[in-house]
Amino acid sequence: MVDEGTKKTLSSIPLLKTKAGPRDKELWTTRLKEEYQALIKYVQNNKEADNDWFRLESDKTGTRWFGKCWFVHNLLKYEFDLEFDIPVTYPTTAPELALPGLDGKTAKMYRGGKICLTDHFKPLWARNVPRFGIAHAMALGLGPWLAVEVPELIERGVVKYQEKSEEAK
Amino acid sequence: MDKVAELEKKVSELEAKLAAAQGNVGPVRQKIDVMSSEVVDSNPYSRLMALKRMGIVDNYEKIRELSVAVVGVGGVGSVTAEMLTRCGIGKLILFDYDKVELANMNRLFFQPHQAGLSKVDAAAATLQAINPDVAIDAYNYNITTVDNFQKFCDTISTGSLTGGPVELVLSCVDNFEARMAINTACNELNQRWFESGVSENAVSGHIQFIIPGETACFACAPPLVVASNIDEKTLKREGVCAASLPTTMGIVAGFLVQNTLKHLLNFGNVSNYLGYSALTDFFPTMTLKPNPQCDDSYCRRRQAEFSARPVVELATEVTEDAGPVHADNEWGISLLDENSPEEETPNLKLVDGVQVAYSVPADSSTPESSTGGAVAASELSLEELMQQMKSM
Repeated sequence: MVDEGTKKTLSSIPLLKTKAGPRDKELWTTRLKEEYQALIKYVQNNKEADNDWFRLESDKTGTRWFGKCWFVHNLLKYEFDLEFDIPVTYPTTAPELALPGLDGKTAKMYRGGKICLTDHFKPLWARNVPRFGIAHAMALGLGPWLAVEVPELIERGVVKYQEKSEEAK
Repeated sequence: MDKVAELEKKVSELEAKLAAAQGNVGPVRQKIDVMSSEVVDSNPYSRLMALKRMGIVDNYEKIRELSVAVVGVGGVGSVTAEMLTRCGIGKLILFDYDKVELANMNRLFFQPHQAGLSKVDAAAATLQAINPDVAIDAYNYNITTVDNFQKFCDTISTGSLTGGPVELVLSCVDNFEARMAINTACNELNQRWFESGVSENAVSGHIQFIIPGETACFACAPPLVVASNIDEKTLKREGVCAASLPTTMGIVAGFLVQNTLKHLLNFGNVSNYLGYSALTDFFPTMTLKPNPQCDDSYCRRRQAEFSARPVVELATEVTEDAGPVHADNEWGISLLDENSPEEETPNLKLVDGVQVAYSVPADSSTPESSTGGAVAASELSLEELMQQMKSM
């Protein structure tokens, strides 16, 4: 199952209430507000725990999301672009998080850089519809994926450290 | 003069090469208006029309009036489309947003020279060359996004040869999200469809016929899986997402098109659910009733409509009752129903060898894993929240 650390992180992210997808007009706006509130809380938690690891924003409709995530390995920070669409069947189905920059570099990906999630993710998501949102998908899906895959990608030399300009802090 | 002949020879050689490169090798036949039963070498439909003479199908040529949408043109969908093309289907509508890759070459249909082309365009070109009588529309987009989903719904509800809904939608996609999107569309449009799938370990598969309101929809229960008889602990997933075999995919495509033909041309019995376990050559079948508490509101609406309709009386052949084969039963043999009722999902009667991929609590109001509480409704507007997130 999910490891203890992830469980703890997960439990401090607020749950969502509104079961609405992008085709549900006003209810979707309500859901979107909940998504942002949960994400803001999660990023705050991460900052407090000195484990700030992603930024996300969406277009006006809240259906197209993009941002960055990063992973520290041997004191070096590796950064990746992150993007995904909210499918019409959301939140019954989870968003398919994608790291397009890593497409073709690892077998643990579907086309377009969509990350391959563990057997545990979908059942856990299904059991928690509509309470899980984007923040939960990040904590339960992308976080553990990066932790397993990035060190291996670096070791294989597929991902190389890039000196960052100052604005990237 | 010699030079002209030489050049002419060179031109014809190059033309042949070009045609081969475009996949148009050899003569392409002209369109045929009416399917003929004439048994001659030049008639591409003679063996299909023979089904009528053999008493299997009453009106085979009706297939020319029918339209089918194939969603997903991968290992199962491309073979499905080829079978329907060779059977002379009236119209095919293809959906996919993927490109052909060399990694697809362990499956049937696509060829290495097509790598890099969109799957729908590559498939349409090959299929059109195989049978120019079939009308083929190709759509290269992902049906699960908001804009494309609407286009998808419009296309399947107006895309038939007569401008109405297609006769059947065939789902040949490889992921849960796309299946749910097709399910949502078909429940809303009251559209009959077949779901199909091959497991990620490539050794089991299934097809399922979904008539909204009448049989279980894809959202009525958690995904069904055919037991593979592999100990989960020995199943290694490390390093890969999915395996695939041309055999399993070809078999599932065959099941899918066979049942499509039976449904469209009204012969034989159409299976509601047919599973396939490759390791044990096991083929469970069953019928699934819809879940009255289905999550999809359109499924529930279609169920109400269905139960309000008068029951269709199926004509059955009257056979004379020959009486019991064995009137006495000196050994006291009796047949017991082996299907014990499922505890977790009360309405779901599954045949042996088929199980749900995971269970979902019937009462979903009790959160499983959070102490973080629910989000309190914020007085902030969406724009303010977006700004706050952006400035973190």
